[in-house]
Amino acid sequence: MYENRRLGLAYISPYIIGLLVFTAFPFLASLVISFTDYDLINAPEYIGLDNYRNMISDDTFYKSMSVTFAYVFLTIPLKLAFALFIAFVLNFKLRGIKFFRTAYYIPSILGSSVAIAVLWRAIFSLDGLLNNFLGVFGVEAISWLGEPVFAMFSVTLLRVWQFGSAMVIFLAALQSVPQSQYEAAMIDGASKWQMFTKITVPLITPVIFFNFIMQTTQAFQEFTAPFVITGGGPAESTYLFSLYIYDTAFKYFDLGYGSALAWVLFLAVAVFTAISFKSSKYWVFYSGDKGGK
Amino acid sequence: MNKTFVNRSVAESNSYVKAELRKEKIGAAVRYFILLLCGLVMLYPLFWMFSAAFKPNHEIFSSLSLWPSEFSLDGFINGWNTGTEYTFGRFFLNTLWYVLPKVILTVISSVIVAYGFARFDIPFKKFWFVTLVATILLPTSVLLIPQYLMFREMGMLDSYMPLYLPMAFATQGFFVFMLIQFLRGLPTDMEEAAQIDGCNSYQLLWYIVVPMLKPAIISVALFQFMWSVNDFLGPLIYISSVEKYPIALALKLSIDVTEGTQWNEILAMASIAIVPSIVVFLIAQNYFVEGITSGGVKG
Repeated sequence: MYENRRLGLAYISPYIIGLLVFTAFPFLASLVISFTDYDLINAPEYIGLDNYRNMISDDTFYKSMSVTFAYVFLTIPLKLAFALFIAFVLNFKLRGIKFFRTAYYIPSILGSSVAIAVLWRAIFSLDGLLNNFLGVFGVEAISWLGEPVFAMFSVTLLRVWQFGSAMVIFLAALQSVPQSQYEAAMIDGASKWQMFTKITVPLITPVIFFNFIMQTTQAFQEFTAPFVITGGGPAESTYLFSLYIYDTAFKYFDLGYGSALAWVLFLAVAVFTAISFKSSKYWVFYSGDKGGK
Repeated sequence: MNKTFVNRSVAESNSYVKAELRKEKIGAAVRYFILLLCGLVMLYPLFWMFSAAFKPNHEIFSSLSLWPSEFSLDGFINGWNTGTEYTFGRFFLNTLWYVLPKVILTVISSVIVAYGFARFDIPFKKFWFVTLVATILLPTSVLLIPQYLMFREMGMLDSYMPLYLPMAFATQGFFVFMLIQFLRGLPTDMEEAAQIDGCNSYQLLWYIVVPMLKPAIISVALFQFMWSVNDFLGPLIYISSVEKYPIALALKLSIDVTEGTQWNEILAMASIAIVPSIVVFLIAQNYFVEGITSGGVKG
């Protein structure tokens, strides 16, 4: 609205400085460090692509990468499905909608804290709450955090539990679907389910896509839950990639290899995001203008 | 499937309406049942944690009841004293010492930058905006190691500076983006009128834009508060001495030290740790909902 370009530049200058100093420079620096052998004590030594070559024979690398993708592919569909389902149920002009919205949102507010990770350990430990509950039905104690599959399940569940924020976004989108569309469909004799799949879902695909992108980028970076609940175990079954990067860089002080791992994660996420955006052309519908934001 | 009212007698359509109403009622009952059941399953762990904090240690896992049969404050008393030479209160204050600057710096820098983006013509504006969205999607682990080395060079390790200094430069694109979206939705006629009256851009920002932005600013502050209180990786990397530990590290320490045996202490402190977040959320929940939906639906 204002013509003064220099003044505009001045207003966004904090952002430009921050972008250069705290994002762009570290981003490129980590690529440079990934070509070195650096342990914080001795000066970094250029070793070319050795760090990347070492990954090829690194079993932990494969394990950690596959665990991370499994975690993302498990949590995201479940989380989004729950979020959409509850938002759908809440959207029937029920009384007390605000109360339920609040109740469902609370886990999203708290979920990423250490306090909740600690609670999760209390729930899933061998003598924990869940086994106690199952014991009432005569189920023998299950080692939730001691068996690879169950440990993954426990950590996954913590993220799914936080579906509230995605639900709130879905709910707002559902409420913005024009009522006239439903009325027209009702006259044509459409069932509730048909209305949902044929009207609601197509109209909110931009929001589904938004939630999908935001949730996946967060899930790829999950750290606190596996670190506190399982420590990445048992047998590296919950050793998410961010844990591997952290251990490599800040526990074993192999900053070169840590940076290389971080770059591989970045590339994996970038490719995944690019594919998502490409695919969105086929299933995301923007009303009015083509393409959208 | 083709239910039409055409050619129906009045009686027939009456019974049809009644049947539909009954179906509606059953539907509503089913919906409430689903909502209550899911809500209960989701929130039960939280209620259980609060009640466990008041139970003696041997009772915590021996009963599912939410009401302690033996009421005990031991968990709170022993937990508050912690295994270290500091009380849990110290860790609370430590948390505030970096969360407050973080929130304040985020709000100030994000508002200024969002104002620039939303209201000015800027050289390479599109490029800067693309970088803003890109930083939202960028996995932070790729920045972690060089940032650590930078702060090490600046002698800021084991201080709170690395946690809040970047916030002075609007480095969390999500908040800038949220404010830009909000600003774009605001009418500009007030600003135009004030400009004609001789206000400069700084006065416009302070006297007109900031008051109109207030709900969005509160949303930004609240989200940053929650995220910063919950943040674990940042303090884990930068804070090494126990006297500077925030709650997140103190809780991790307590579970490591007791090896998960003193559950009443651990759960009592975990309960205390989440109380501020719950209180803030319950008071200001509308700002959370509005903040998250304005970024999401319009974005």
